[in-house]
This record gives sequence, C-alpha cells and structure tokens, in this order.
Amino acid sequence: MCLGIPGEIVEIPPDQTDLAKVDVSGVRRAVNIGLLDGQPLRPGDWVLIHVGFALSKIDEAEARAALEFLEGIGQAYEDELRALRDSSIDRP
Amino acid sequence: MRFVDEYRDADKARALSAKIASLCEPGRAYKFMEVCGGHTHTIYKHGLEDYLPETITLVHGPGCPVCVIPMGRVDDAIHIAEQPDVIMTSFGDMMRVPGGRGSFFDATAGGADIRMVYSPLDALKIARREPDRRVVFMAIGFETTAPSTAVTVLRAAAEGVRNFSVFCNHVTIIPAIKAILDSPDLRLDGFIGPGHVSTIIGCRPYEFIARGYGKPLVVAGFEPLDILQSVYLLMLQLAEGRSEVENQYARVVPWAGNVKALRAVNEVMELRPYFEWRGLGFISHSALRMREAYAAYDAERLFDIPGDRVADPKACQCGEVLKGVLKPWECKVFGTACTPETPIGTCMVSSEGACAAYYNFGRFSRQRVREATR
Repeated sequence: MCLGIPGEIVEIPPDQTDLAKVDVSGVRRAVNIGLLDGQPLRPGDWVLIHVGFALSKIDEAEARAALEFLEGIGQAYEDELRALRDSSIDRP
Repeated sequence: MRFVDEYRDADKARALSAKIASLCEPGRAYKFMEVCGGHTHTIYKHGLEDYLPETITLVHGPGCPVCVIPMGRVDDAIHIAEQPDVIMTSFGDMMRVPGGRGSFFDATAGGADIRMVYSPLDALKIARREPDRRVVFMAIGFETTAPSTAVTVLRAAAEGVRNFSVFCNHVTIIPAIKAILDSPDLRLDGFIGPGHVSTIIGCRPYEFIARGYGKPLVVAGFEPLDILQSVYLLMLQLAEGRSEVENQYARVVPWAGNVKALRAVNEVMELRPYFEWRGLGFISHSALRMREAYAAYDAERLFDIPGDRVADPKACQCGEVLKGVLKPWECKVFGTACTPETPIGTCMVSSEGACAAYYNFGRFSRQRVREATR
C-alpha cells in the first residue's frame, strides 16, 4: 500500500484524459495519471504507482530495480498485485 | 538483469563499506534512523548492517502507516461499518490490524460488510454501483496516499456522488520526526529520509532538521546500494561538520515534490490540532482531516463515532520499536506470542513493519552470515 509499484504505460485512451492503462508484472489495469501534470506520457514510459495513482515518472532502470525489490518482498507484493487485479477504476 | 546489478553490485557495496568505515571517528558511536518501513525491509533482507562498522547502528522510525494507527481508530471504523447500509472499504493491509474490539476481519465474521480495495477510486466505484448503500473509505497512509484520497473526493464531488465518504486517518511524517527529535529516549546522529513520501512533499520540509536540530538527512532510494550510499553521505556530512538535506534518490524524488498532489490534498484536507499515533501518543498537527467544505464526504461528521482512546496491549512494545528505542527482537513477545499470523502489535501486521520485516528476513540473513563466516 505504501510502496510504489512500477508500471509500464501500454495505452492512453484518448477519451479519458486522467487514465492510462499500465502493465505491472503482467497485470494490465487502468491507473490515474492526473497528478503527473506537465509530464507528457507515452506508451513505453514507466511510472511509480501508489494505490491507483501514478505519482512519478521513472526510467526503465529504476523500474526494473524496483520490480526486483518488490518481487523479493514476496507475499506483500503478491497481495498488492492481487488487489490490483481486482481493481477496475476505468469501468463504471 | 544488468539494470538491477547496478544497484546490487557486491564489490560496490564493499567499496562503500570501506569508505564508511574510514570516516568513523575512533571511540564514537553513530545512530541513524531510517524513517521509512520500506528501508527497514531492504536493510533486513540484504543484511546491510553486516556491511557497516559495529559503531554504526541503524534504528527504525515510525514510517509504517499501518503501524501507527491507534486501536481506538480501528474501533471507530468498525463502529461505522456496523451502521445500517454501510459498506466499509480499505486497503488490504488494514484488515488484520488489531483494535480494542478485534480487527476488520473479526468484524467481517460478525456480519459487517468490509471490503478490501486497491485504490480509493475502487471504493468510489462501489458507491456508484450501490447507490442505496453508504460507502465509507477508511483512508490511511502518509503523504504518499493522501493525494489519492483527495483526488477521489474531488472526483466524487464533481460527479455528485452522495453516498461516498472518507474516514480520514492520513498522517504526516514531519511532526512524527520532530516528536522523535524532541523525545529524550533517543540520541540520533542523522536520518535516512523516506523515498516515496518525498516524491510528494519534496526535500524542503526536512530543512528544519538540518538547520534547527543540526542533524543531517539524506533522502534515500530502496536498493541496498542506495542505503549504503546514504549512510556514506551522512557520515561524510558529520566528518565535515555539515548538517544538510541531501537527495540521494534524485532519480525519482524532485526537490520540490509533486505540487499538483500537494494542492489536491490542501484543497480537501487540513491539519488536525492533534492526533494519536500508536506507540507515540498524541502529536500536534500530525494528521489530516476533511475540510468543512467537504463535510458531506467526511465520515467523521456523518457518523457518530465513539472516539474512545484504547490503550495498547501491555505486552506490546510497538511504541518503543516505532521510536527506534527497541529493536524488534528485543520486544518481550516478538516471535513468540506475536507473529505475522497472530500479531499483537501493528509492527508485526504490515510487511513494512519493522517486526514483520525482521521476522521474515532478519533471522534468515543472520543465519546466512553465520554460514558464510564459518
């Protein structure tokens, strides 16, 4: 919950300006990117996500390192991914 | 995996270790606090204390948001969850946190509708889907999660969703650090500053620690080399007689933080006069509540909460662990009565809690060290 998880932007739907689809360890979900104003995002970019919100743009090296760190944590990251899998903020 | 090696290289770690050792003044002991639970996790998992001279001690700080929720607030949340038509929602980490009357899990077994959500936006979605229910989001966390709650409230207001509210328990890290600095229990030489909180608040809010208290603080990343590098930077400051705020994690943390996120929080929430922290007691201006303008989304105003103060179990020494006065294994119930399966204290509940981190990795690491030196 407190740790940021890195996600790769895979899609930015043109009709929902604050949302982007990200891939986090193979889980694809929508997250809010509205707090990254002024930092244009494109597919292939990486962001650090906290509870459904991208809070910073990071480079790929940082993302890989962060992923490795989280995968090493084990259960807590699995729980986070399971929660993310259940999340669907882009659908009504 | 070349990316990761960059942050994990054992040769680099040994080189840093030697540089740190060379800065130690003979006869002087150093104590640094790692404020964030994520750092605690890295330190135990990689056995980083073994890379440091024996005269340098790392102590844990209060930076585990689940750990600092007082029992009374858990009871208040369960009270709200038990009201007619209520769906209580919160992060998974919250489910096992013990209150005076048990945890969310216990309350669920008793018939309360409490659901885990990944994001406050998921809680808002439940409210949209179930207009006849009153959906409450139990908001917890430091500055890393407060913006998400704020944006969700703004979204609810913009959409006119009327059956959604927030039970606000957001806390702020600076007053907790100040309380520790003012506490007579612990003499610290410097701080390893939190990484992700700082992406929001930036580095400026720490300057009073360097200027007013004369203690260096280095905002650090979560990789083993990040932490060793930060200890080196702290030692260098002490050796050179400086006390400054430095940003070792500049690849993620902007000096000014995330202004848009701070603005959203400031729009929806304001500082409480005081708030109780588990183990640390009442700290003034250390938590956020909803502003009057968003009263319609404030569960504290919408529901009549008991607001009782509940003392921590006598056996539990989370307070001392959260202040860095005790190491997890020095607690009387660590690993015996208190384990991640049956936690007595919050530090054993969250994976970011110092006790859970040590329970899961510390023993393993020490064993590995023994084997390596055999």
